[in-house]
Amino acid sequence: MTAGLRRHLRIVVYVVGSLCRRWRKNVAVVSVYGLVIFTLASVVFLTQSLTQESLATLRAAPEIMVQRLSTGRHGLTPMGDVATLARIAGVQAAVPRLWAYHTDPAIGEMLLLRVPEGNGPREHEATAGAAVLRRRAIPVGGVLRLQSHAGEPFNLTVAGVAETLTPLESAALVNVSEAAFRTLTGTPAGQATDLVLRVRNRRELSTIATKISESQPAARPIIRDELVRSYTSVFNWRSGVIIAALLVPVLAFILFAWDKAAGLSPDERREIGILKAIGWETADIILLKFYEAVAVSLAAFVLGSGLAVGALALPHPFAVLPALLGWSTLYPPFRPTPALGAYQMATLFFLAVFPYLVATVIPAWRAATTDPDLVMRT
Amino acid sequence: MWLSRSAGFFVLVALLLALGLLAGLDATRRQSAAETRFAANRALARWFVLTDPCLFTEARYTRHPSQADHHSAFQDYPLALEHFPSGSLVLAPAHVTDLSSRGGDARADPGSGRQ
Repeated sequence: MTAGLRRHLRIVVYVVGSLCRRWRKNVAVVSVYGLVIFTLASVVFLTQSLTQESLATLRAAPEIMVQRLSTGRHGLTPMGDVATLARIAGVQAAVPRLWAYHTDPAIGEMLLLRVPEGNGPREHEATAGAAVLRRRAIPVGGVLRLQSHAGEPFNLTVAGVAETLTPLESAALVNVSEAAFRTLTGTPAGQATDLVLRVRNRRELSTIATKISESQPAARPIIRDELVRSYTSVFNWRSGVIIAALLVPVLAFILFAWDKAAGLSPDERREIGILKAIGWETADIILLKFYEAVAVSLAAFVLGSGLAVGALALPHPFAVLPALLGWSTLYPPFRPTPALGAYQMATLFFLAVFPYLVATVIPAWRAATTDPDLVMRT
Repeated sequence: MWLSRSAGFFVLVALLLALGLLAGLDATRRQSAAETRFAANRALARWFVLTDPCLFTEARYTRHPSQADHHSAFQDYPLALEHFPSGSLVLAPAHVTDLSSRGGDARADPGSGRQ
């Protein structure tokens, strides 16, 4: 073992002893510090998770969707529009879609009814997301009780578990037949919820959208890539607003840290003086304080970010979620898939650890460079 | 003549208290002056059968929360997450979030895909 390494090890042993001696102060600092990191980390992690969640759903969405507007609201699309839109140059095919939200009258939860393309369920059958069935304790082969548009009870036999891409889909999706859909929602025959267009060349999307708007002023083309951009920016905006609102507790913590870490207590000053008097060098003392700060800030970082990751496993993690989700809290509770990027972790680490190191090491350096006799006397 | 430090402190506190009081009086005066304008606005709202003040102009459901239902924010595509900035500032009102009213809402508009 080299002499340099032995010196570091000995200082670390001293640091452990010193931290244990002042355990009350250190536990208080780590708890408050950890709480601040937990709050910031929750916002950062949730933003990332929700962005990924929405992008995962969108990735499966068609490139361009066309909806009808009626009195400023989303209206139903006549099937006749299929032929008109399919004639636009660049459009390979126009496919009508049937989907609608449905409130389960029994428990008041929102479900998504969808008629899948191709082989869907038979008339009085349905397939549902795993979480939908789990929440209602309905086994495959059991009965899903809903209410028709006319207010009559409408029962569907669960034929299987629907394949889902995201936790939200699993929590809300119910696939039904076209006949069941029309009975449940009151959508008249010959009308669809919206249309999706298959386009060969992605560069033509905006031209096609312009053509649709010009030829059918009541139609609203929605381009998927624009939605992707909207989602990314809105979640960033929301997390920015929340972090701005959190600045007050963060500033309060900085004051607290300054008081606890920067303002060396008389005991600590005396300790530094004694260490200097018995032969420690300034560099050793700075190293000592550095290791102390690293231990405290790493403990707080691991505690805070660990709690934040753990909290992601809760259905509605904590108070910051409604502000990030906005009106999406109306959906049944779902656990956003944890998505932790290296970038987010690195940013959080830098924000959490670096200021504390500076706040601790600089006053220790000041105390260590003064005369030991003077330090002990003051 | 120089005031002593303690006297200076009390003068400062008295000055700040007086300013606070004046601000309160000013707010009351403005409030009563605005009452005429409020009355005119109320008459206008009754005349046009307006529902609620429009605080945000971007999304339909945050523009007039009283007219929102619990499907209106998710109409872009199936299971769309709500994505207007004002959605986190105007949270869903009680008549939308209240579970007991959802059944009633479902009968009125069973989520036919319409906003």
